[in-house]
Amino acid sequence: MTTFLLRRIALIVPTLFFVSLLIFGLQQLLPGDPAIALAGEDRDPAVIAFLRQKYHLDDPLPMRYALWVEGVARGDLGESIRIKRPVFDLMTEKLPVTGELALMALLIALAIGLPAGIIAAVNNGTVMDYGVSMAALWGLSIPNFWLGILLILLFSVELGLLPASGFVSPTESLKQNLLTMVMPAFVLGNAIAAGMMRHMRSAMLQVLSTDFVRTARAKGLPEIWVILRHALRNALIPVVTLSALDFGALLSGAVLTEQVFTIPGFGKLIVDAVFNRDYAVVQGVVLFTAFAYIMLNLIADIAYVVLNPRLR
Amino acid sequence: MATEILTGIASDEPIGEPPWLRAVRRLVRRPTAMIGVAVIVLFILAAVAAPLLAPYDPLATNWAAVRKAPSAAHLFGTDEIGRDVLARIIWGGRASLLAGLVSVMLALALGVPVGLVSGYVGGILDGTIMRLIDAMLAIPFLILAIALAAFLGPSLTNAMIAIGITQMPIFARLTRGQVLSVKHEDYVEAARAVGNPQYRIVLRHIFPNIVPPLLVQATLATATAIIAEASLSFLGLGQQPPTPSWGSMLNTAKNFMTQAPWMAIWPGLAIFSLVLSLNLFGDGLRDALDPRRE
Amino acid sequence: MVFCKWLCAGFALLFSAMLSGTSAQPAQTLRIGLAEDPDLLDPSLARTYVGRIVFASMCDKLVDISPELDIVPQLAIEWQWTDGNKGLVLKIRQDVKFHDGEPLDAAAVKFSLERHLNLPGSNRKAEISAVTNVDIIDDHTVKLVLSAPFAPLLAQLSDRAGMIVSPKAAQAGGDFSTHPVCAGPYKFTERVAQDRIVLDRFADYWNKDAVHLDRIVFLPIVDSTVRLANLRSGGLDLIERVAATDVDTVKRDERLKFSEITGLGYTGVTTNVNNGTRSKNPLGQDRRVRQALELSIDRSALNQVVFNGLFQPGNQWEPPSNAYYVKSMPIPGRDVAKAKELLAAAGAPHPSVTLMVPTNPELLQAAQVIQSMAAESGFDIKIQATEFASALDLAVRGDFEAFLLGWSGRTDPDGNIYNFVACKAPPALNIGHYCNSEVDRELEATRQAADPAERMPHYARVAEHVLGNRPLIYLWHNRHLYGMSAKLTGFNPYPDGLIRPQGIRMQ
Repeated sequence: MTTFLLRRIALIVPTLFFVSLLIFGLQQLLPGDPAIALAGEDRDPAVIAFLRQKYHLDDPLPMRYALWVEGVARGDLGESIRIKRPVFDLMTEKLPVTGELALMALLIALAIGLPAGIIAAVNNGTVMDYGVSMAALWGLSIPNFWLGILLILLFSVELGLLPASGFVSPTESLKQNLLTMVMPAFVLGNAIAAGMMRHMRSAMLQVLSTDFVRTARAKGLPEIWVILRHALRNALIPVVTLSALDFGALLSGAVLTEQVFTIPGFGKLIVDAVFNRDYAVVQGVVLFTAFAYIMLNLIADIAYVVLNPRLR
Repeated sequence: MATEILTGIASDEPIGEPPWLRAVRRLVRRPTAMIGVAVIVLFILAAVAAPLLAPYDPLATNWAAVRKAPSAAHLFGTDEIGRDVLARIIWGGRASLLAGLVSVMLALALGVPVGLVSGYVGGILDGTIMRLIDAMLAIPFLILAIALAAFLGPSLTNAMIAIGITQMPIFARLTRGQVLSVKHEDYVEAARAVGNPQYRIVLRHIFPNIVPPLLVQATLATATAIIAEASLSFLGLGQQPPTPSWGSMLNTAKNFMTQAPWMAIWPGLAIFSLVLSLNLFGDGLRDALDPRRE
Repeated sequence: MVFCKWLCAGFALLFSAMLSGTSAQPAQTLRIGLAEDPDLLDPSLARTYVGRIVFASMCDKLVDISPELDIVPQLAIEWQWTDGNKGLVLKIRQDVKFHDGEPLDAAAVKFSLERHLNLPGSNRKAEISAVTNVDIIDDHTVKLVLSAPFAPLLAQLSDRAGMIVSPKAAQAGGDFSTHPVCAGPYKFTERVAQDRIVLDRFADYWNKDAVHLDRIVFLPIVDSTVRLANLRSGGLDLIERVAATDVDTVKRDERLKFSEITGLGYTGVTTNVNNGTRSKNPLGQDRRVRQALELSIDRSALNQVVFNGLFQPGNQWEPPSNAYYVKSMPIPGRDVAKAKELLAAAGAPHPSVTLMVPTNPELLQAAQVIQSMAAESGFDIKIQATEFASALDLAVRGDFEAFLLGWSGRTDPDGNIYNFVACKAPPALNIGHYCNSEVDRELEATRQAADPAERMPHYARVAEHVLGNRPLIYLWHNRHLYGMSAKLTGFNPYPDGLIRPQGIRMQ
């Protein structure tokens, strides 16, 4: 067990190294001179030269990579050229926002996906199974930005029930915060719900055909009891661990959702940074999210081994 | 019921039939999967027959008929410079289907060999490749696609390449997993003992076993790719005007949601139905190919 | 089970939170929806147009403009050209305070102007580079010493280059853009990147009687549909850049009001006439081909299709309503027959042109319309949609044939023409590398005196050359389109598009 853990932790380093290479390369090799893009409309040659010098844009690539990595090791992720603020500060500002969105989306996804998965598994092969599966899949099949705009038009413009966009911090007003988050969380959670449903259905089907479930049935226990107490508990293990992998999907989905609903989170930060050639921001954010994803995977793997008595 | 519990297979299935026939039989018995197949085939036929089917030239502009509501002359209405929306949906199907298929094929072409080699050879090569794959998977899919598409330049081809590259790691990992689980099976050991060359072992013995999960993943990946193309187009990175694609039609339509909602409804519905059908088919395929389940 | 506990708790929290009270908002807050997130809030370093909208509420400048584009007093109450137009003496208003309480005097003006000139990376240096010295005459009088006469100077001082910042705050260390201190009607309270910028009323503003609102919040919302949705649902009070196709929606909504004014900028097709190898094509080399392209385009129809007829068609760097518009050269109509003749005479009946277009929906639409119109004359236009940052880079390097590009516009006509056609202009702006020494001489002449009557004849001659050669085919001038709540009164649109808070009231 310890060797397993140590080995996994050791593997994080090369993975992160590749991530850093990948994102650094993609950013630095993006067409378009960041200095010109960021020099503003007047494109004063003096300003362009100044920016190039200040941000080492004329240095050879390997040297810029080394500078960046050295900074990261010190905790300095660079600064946003566009608004001259440290990337680290921007990230700490926006992480809670996307975190809240992701959490609410996850809750919604669980609320939709888990019951759907259970019902589909228990009624496997019947109309219920097909109907529920289809209903859960619609979230995955609908382009989330389209759904977002439709919801805004319906709930904000026509019905005036919810704010069309923006974000209010929960410390400022919890009610406003939840009102601004309801639609984006729903749009995002919708898409993840299908994944949850699939995991749950798969796991339940597997568990329902095992020996001890058959034993429980043979003992004469009521079906609901069998499902909820025996099957569900065991089915949850793979579901929980697989959900960790959905974190990546959550972040991908957040990118467009935040764009449409103007939520100042990670997703919006990255998209704007790519188009503004604010490469330090992109590099910093991607490195961080990659790290978080790897850690989550590690925790999920550990949890799987720990929780699953058969593997120990 | 008793027979099922004891043997774990449905009692009316002949025991000796080839696995693929059994899979097809199971698939056919699943209505949602069949609906999915029907819709997919419909879209493919429409896209192929576009020149015959489309009522107008999808690029023909008409200043007098700008943003007209659906009518007898234009069943789906017209867009912001007077082009027929129905014609653009039919022709746009080509772009979206192509985006889905080509990117997945690229992902397969890149990912499967990498996974095969990595799984079969093992050792340091496997370790390095897997770290690279892990790195690609650690970066959120859409962000990687955006960075790639921005890097390559906005066009449908580049979007397909970007999406294909972004989906490659999943296939690589899947293939490798299958290879690892099959590598030490008896029949593979036997083939090795007999003295078969490596490539033959891989192609003849290992490869056929990994096709089923790859097929399922490919179907689901096509669905993801179509949505990814729409997402990239929404950001301005995919298909560029005037050639239609459902995603780029949505991108333009979002500015006219209140005055000309039909510009957004039809492409959105098209994406939704095709993607849903692919997902239904993929799920059905997964169930049908799973040896453990009824 | 554990799981149900968490889920149930979550829902309970949700419900109780929704039933709890709301937060109080300070009285009279104006929420303005911007089309982009501003960049640095430092007048010397700022680069974006939307940043100027924020500055209009936060940082007063030496002079301002009237809606008719006349120079009017703001921090300077009087000015006088001296020394053969190589000196400008400005009298500074008395009893003006900065947001930090410091007094605004000649020393502060000198400090700010020198900061604009000398701060590394300053974007204002090129704007007032003619100024070599700032002399303090007395406590409230400064004299700007110029290296050569420069008529557009006052217009520059009516924008960011004339903004005066508190020397104490600027020298206090740390980043000035994160805590800007100026002398405008509102002071900086907080900024959350990409989310909001909050300004609160400055109690000691010199013109406090004109200011009626307590707080202004700027909210950048990039998508125009969402921006409008916010306005309609009451989440915003005023928005800029209403999409032309949304104007009818605004006018029909009784909760809203609409306001518009022609802007200072233009959009047109810039041709690569002399920037590298890609200029070696019929369009780049032969003025007759460029004339044929212009004659293929029906500017009115273009305006009608893309902007619902709401923008202003144009053929010069100033709109027809501007005092500096050369009236003897009006907008030409469409003439496909003549275009075909010209192409035949030039020996290129079917020229192929790659038109580079930034990935902006309106520009892409316009490009498609142009493509369609020009096809009738024989042009085969390929649209190359390119992300803006890449497009700029390609353009500067000369890797383009034609570029559909706009310019946001400056108050003084010099700002709309000099940097785009002068031989000495920065290559990043005169991307086509057009160069004509005659034109340069005339442009220098326009800079000598501030009197429009003296400048006009020179501009007329510049127009003869530029409109004849067509290195730039001007197509339209934007109109600033505003949507606002019906409760908002006292809003006056200005050609520079900026939102000036003085006079605005909310019921």
